[in-house]
Amino acid sequence: MKKSFWKRRFDNPPYIRPHHAYLFILPGLIIYAMFVLWPIINTARYSLYDWTGFSDPTFIGFDNYRELWHDEDFWLALQHNAFFVLFFSILPIMLGLFLTSLMTRGRLRGMAIFRSGLFIPQVMSSVVVGIIWRWLFAYDGPINEFLIMVGLESWVRPWLGDFTYARYAVGTVGLWVQYGLCMVLFIAGAQAINEDLYDAARVAGANAWQEFRHVTLPGLNQQILVAFVLTFIAALRVFDLVFVLTRSGGPGKETIVTSILIYQQAFQRNRAGYGSAMALVLSVIIITVSAVVMRLQARQEEGPAI
Amino acid sequence: MQDTAYFQRKARNALTYALLIIFLIAAIMPFIGIFLTAFKTTSELIDGPFALPETWRWENFTNAWEGAQFGRYFRSSVIVVVPVVVIATLLSTMSGYAFGMIRFWGDNVLLLLIVLGLMVPSEAVIIPLWQVMGSLGLRNTYWALILPQVALSFAFGTFWMRAHFKGMPRELVDAAVVDGCNTWQVLWRVLFPLSRPALLSLVVLLFMWTWNEFFLVLVMVTGDLRTLPVGLALLRGRYAADVPVMAAAATIVSLPVIVLYVFFQRHFIRGMVSGAIKE
Repeated sequence: MKKSFWKRRFDNPPYIRPHHAYLFILPGLIIYAMFVLWPIINTARYSLYDWTGFSDPTFIGFDNYRELWHDEDFWLALQHNAFFVLFFSILPIMLGLFLTSLMTRGRLRGMAIFRSGLFIPQVMSSVVVGIIWRWLFAYDGPINEFLIMVGLESWVRPWLGDFTYARYAVGTVGLWVQYGLCMVLFIAGAQAINEDLYDAARVAGANAWQEFRHVTLPGLNQQILVAFVLTFIAALRVFDLVFVLTRSGGPGKETIVTSILIYQQAFQRNRAGYGSAMALVLSVIIITVSAVVMRLQARQEEGPAI
Repeated sequence: MQDTAYFQRKARNALTYALLIIFLIAAIMPFIGIFLTAFKTTSELIDGPFALPETWRWENFTNAWEGAQFGRYFRSSVIVVVPVVVIATLLSTMSGYAFGMIRFWGDNVLLLLIVLGLMVPSEAVIIPLWQVMGSLGLRNTYWALILPQVALSFAFGTFWMRAHFKGMPRELVDAAVVDGCNTWQVLWRVLFPLSRPALLSLVVLLFMWTWNEFFLVLVMVTGDLRTLPVGLALLRGRYAADVPVMAAAATIVSLPVIVLYVFFQRHFIRGMVSGAIKE
């Protein structure tokens, strides 16, 4: 795949002057460098300072990270992020796979409608999603009314204010937002699987599970990895939903997540240096996992197609 | 034998449809509930979210627009979204063209730097951005919302347009050059008009992301400069307790994106699932 440096230069048609490329990139790159690259570098730098965001910063080496290591709130927040990976990522992928496997057995009409409909939560403002679900989960809301209707009065509770169940309630919203994305990805992937493989499986007498296990699942490898990266990032970054659903992590600290802590430290408690350290750790986790998964994906692409 | 197989297949299809319909309902019902609630009186709420309103009351929208100031937030949203989408689209078309069509020294390194922007969370840039905007005197102005979002959109846009231009036939460029176009004219006169579908996808995606942006707006600006989602999330006081007015406000926030989605669903879906990592 890779061509040598000289070979690549040679690829350009004679009338293209390579240095023109820089002129095309430059205007965007300047803005990008100023408002993305430079801030990233500065986040790393600030994380080594004791800094309120207003005062003169004092260099303190790795003290922020040392404090972070012993910060119970930070670990709690990371645990909640990990918990949300289950609801934002693992469960939506499983549900998406299940629904997709149903649809690959036999041709069905009207798939486009389902695809468009199931994708709607993805394009909505998460604030609107949060407000809707706050009402659904309210003490006198539809979910509790439904429970009363079917005779489960004992289950009725203020879901988002309940110390045990608030996390599950927020997770449920995450599941609701993400499963459509996974499904759409998987359906697209399944359509690309060679029809002959299904015919072969059926001739060989495979049942639904075997067909799924040996044809659909291997064929969807790529899509599962992509879905995992997208939803995993969403689970680690979740901010808006928690901000709206449980008013920044309540009850107590039951739904607090890392991005909420960063916001509180940097902009409410004036600990910009400490907040930067948290932000850097979170970014490193996200980038590492994404890079590893995309590496896996690239490696598979080089392998034989199915 | 054949009858059993036929019957089994029919039954399975019916079951599949039933399940899909349940999930479809779960996905769209909440929005229908909000929409209906936006036209009701407070006393009608007791009939449940999906009962039709007795009369379709537009007062809730007037109250949200004027009383709860959503007209002003709407104005902010438009002032921010339009320049972000236009500038980011033009800049990323140019850089996507360079990355997709021209080989040059350092192209892979530059591309990698730009792809980094697809992965970093806004938390990684927000604190220095806040600081920089403060020292430039731009905090609490629209610039503090426009410039960083142009930069972040540029990362996705470059990635997107590069993939698009890579897939375009070289012969187009060759023919244009024979006709006497230079590199600049090749892009704007020949390739740009032929790139409508890719550009449309990019525009609707950037529109949605910028319209829905929350964290940056929350941190950078206060008061009337807030855009719709932040205005909605921070709504307090009389109207926050007024469910139909809140529902009307939520409808105002979501309607532009919903309308775009209805017309350009395929562009949304294609862009978001194409494997590009951005959220």
